[in-house]
Amino acid sequence: MAEKKKATTKKNESKKEDTKKVAPVKEEVKKQVAAPAAKPKTAAASAAAPAKTTVGSTTKQEARIGVFICHCGTNIAGSMDIPAVQEYAKTIPNVAYVDNYKYMCSMPGQAVIAKAIKDNKLTGVVVSACSPRLHEPTFRTATKEAGLNPFRFEMANIREQNSWVHMHDREGSTEKAKDAIRIAVAKASLLQDLFPKTVPVEKAAMVVGAGVAGMQAALDLAAAGIKTYLVEADTSIGGRMSQLDKTFPTLDCSQCILTPKMVDVGRAQLIELMTWSEVHEVEGYIGNFDVTVRKKARGVLTPAEAEARGIVGGGCNGCGDCETACPVIKPNEFEVGMKPRKAIYINHPQVVPLLYTIDFNSCVKCGICVTACGTEKRAIDLESKDEFVKVKVGTVILATGYDIFPIENKQEWGYKRYENVITSLEFERLICASGPTGGHLIRPSDGETPKRVAFVLCAGSRDNTGIGKPYCSRFCCMYSLKHCHQIIEKIPGCVPYIFYMDIRSFGKMYEEFYYRIQDEGAKFIRGRVANILEDPKTKNLHVYTDDTLLNRPVDMEVDLVVLAAAVQPKEDTNRTRKLFGVSCSSDGWLLEAHPKLNPCGTTTAGVFLAGVCQGPKDIPDTVASAEGAASAASIPIHKGEVELEPYFATCIEEKCAGCGMCVNLCPYSALALVEKDGRTVMQVTEAKCKGCGTCGGFCPGGAIWMNHFTTPQIVAQIDAFLLGGEQ
Amino acid sequence: MSAPGNFTIPERGPGIWQPKIQGIVCNWCSYAGADLAGGGRIQYPPDIRIVRVMCTGRLDSLFVLKAFADGADGVLVSGCHFGDCHYLEGNFKAAKRMFMVKRLMKSIGLDDRRFRMTFVSASEGAKWGAVVTDVVNTIRELGPSPLTELKK
Repeated sequence: MAEKKKATTKKNESKKEDTKKVAPVKEEVKKQVAAPAAKPKTAAASAAAPAKTTVGSTTKQEARIGVFICHCGTNIAGSMDIPAVQEYAKTIPNVAYVDNYKYMCSMPGQAVIAKAIKDNKLTGVVVSACSPRLHEPTFRTATKEAGLNPFRFEMANIREQNSWVHMHDREGSTEKAKDAIRIAVAKASLLQDLFPKTVPVEKAAMVVGAGVAGMQAALDLAAAGIKTYLVEADTSIGGRMSQLDKTFPTLDCSQCILTPKMVDVGRAQLIELMTWSEVHEVEGYIGNFDVTVRKKARGVLTPAEAEARGIVGGGCNGCGDCETACPVIKPNEFEVGMKPRKAIYINHPQVVPLLYTIDFNSCVKCGICVTACGTEKRAIDLESKDEFVKVKVGTVILATGYDIFPIENKQEWGYKRYENVITSLEFERLICASGPTGGHLIRPSDGETPKRVAFVLCAGSRDNTGIGKPYCSRFCCMYSLKHCHQIIEKIPGCVPYIFYMDIRSFGKMYEEFYYRIQDEGAKFIRGRVANILEDPKTKNLHVYTDDTLLNRPVDMEVDLVVLAAAVQPKEDTNRTRKLFGVSCSSDGWLLEAHPKLNPCGTTTAGVFLAGVCQGPKDIPDTVASAEGAASAASIPIHKGEVELEPYFATCIEEKCAGCGMCVNLCPYSALALVEKDGRTVMQVTEAKCKGCGTCGGFCPGGAIWMNHFTTPQIVAQIDAFLLGGEQ
Repeated sequence: MSAPGNFTIPERGPGIWQPKIQGIVCNWCSYAGADLAGGGRIQYPPDIRIVRVMCTGRLDSLFVLKAFADGADGVLVSGCHFGDCHYLEGNFKAAKRMFMVKRLMKSIGLDDRRFRMTFVSASEGAKWGAVVTDVVNTIRELGPSPLTELKK
């Protein structure tokens, strides 16, 4: 029985395939014949858009639409009169069947649809429920399983855009639901069979950003047998985590747990490391992204590059002779400007790759480094230029990370005005054994060891003044507790004071760590710091706040203030995300496809998010999200092929005048003018077309048929709303 | 712009005019933003009906004019913010066309406040609520479309 069914579906499909090839054109011709018979009301419409509105009405006469109304428990049924909507739906032209169910997306609900399609020989399905962005795939599958083309399904959104937003307006939402169903039926009546195209997926991936998230994702992808390009804008990998001293709550040394990973990345056969590089241009779609990477001029050759130039045994080996010789001194960004570096530099001794870089903005091209490097290695090329490398990948992971919010914008705390007010990232470098002071915490003003240190939490986070960030930066509470522990441990007699709003210690073993720090003697003062003033003589600082537990004002004199500054998206995030077509939320973090059920995906198929670029995360969450993203990104690659939605444009050649306006409009260069039967007509390269419809919206002759969003379908929807009933 | 919730449920009944507003929104930003408004239970007046397209670039100027010819009291087109278009630049092209529609409306004597193009991203649920409330309030001020009045 099942076999027989399968055979018939197959037969049907092949039949549909045949008709589909000629469908738009054929119907067009038929329709033009049928046009005079159109009802008087459409006359106005066809005058406005001649012939456009006429396509497909032959199918309209035969349309048998099933309408299925979902209660969604009380989500929908609680705000509108479902029986009234159902009664109304029965009167809509072309509607052959109407039903309702408590949860249409449930298995029994889907069974109702499947049964109705078979019993009533439906040609189209309208499910009136939640948003198509949520359940369109579910119901398309149900439609397909019942033997109907999945693109003959249309959704009427009566939850997100009706019952939930008109909760106290029963009459209004009931009327709106009726209209929504009428509009959906009008479209469903004109829907055609469409067949998604399957394209092969390139067996390679790209990870943008090589912090701990990017490195983890790249390692996972490589372990899964996928060639991975790891693109990093800085000179070496490691990201923010390599700047940290210890990590909470385990107090692991950050470098100790990170460097093995960095070495693994450098060694992995399948990872191609591209440091000092940026994504320059992106073309293509899931499975076939063509990414152009700009390798910034580095001025230093790797051994491989040197060999390519015929310098056998040459190239940079990281000896550092050039650095010693270089006369130019600049602040070291890796040490947050607290240590000098030369114009030719590495960030820190454990960098991967161990390869020097010339900062051409400060290099004076004196050539001393070239001499220092010697005639054997000949690793330095002062005339090197940016290079552009094009790679093809199937999927992409963005792991662009974060920057520190410019906390000097909160002027009341005096950062950059008072020497002894520092940020927590500066604190990390000062307390770190490999940092500028060799791990001795000192006051920047006089080099003395501080005895009283104030930590100001929520510095720029949870700030609704419009200057700071409204969100919680999530890891500042915990690293400030860790800082307290570090100074208690390192400086006997030093007292840390924490000025906090709430201590958010939400992770595994975090709360226990909080108690431990309390026991160790840190002082907690609950109150937001109003302002900080400097004693000009001693350079000590007065921290003013209101202790909200004791309900009295506080003026505390301390030696050093550490601001736990908020985090914000990396400066270049906006440019990168636009290249990949990824949206961001209002606070600038990259927008996930679904905050709960698809936190690593984006609305661009084949592009995934890992780490803090999606929102503030501590290291365990970052690594978890990176592994999630790597797993998601490897799925299409291992599957080997993806289905593309068949929403591409088609040219109705009889109508095309060959003007070429559309060719210039297309952002993907998918359209071209070709000679056909002695005429110039437009031709679509389906693989390049992404289905935006920009061409179809402009074509002066109405010669472009946008699949699934055809002009007749859209006009029918407008008519169905405003004129009501069948037009 | 009106704050979300700055509206009252109007008196309805036979013979009492209610605005008919045609919304045409893009799938990636504004439709998602409208869905987010739903998730956030942001309340706005129900006088708008949405047609979803993949990109506002799909909009033929004639769709807007067709809606007015059919008797819409107002039309709202909403897409992604400039630079955020899922298809790179469809919203720029739509905006150009929509300016043309506005000029045309002025020259034929149809108040161009009846037609609006806005930019609501997928994360701006509250803004969507505010936009719709504002559009409905504007249309209520302007009253029924003169085109429907002429037909009577």
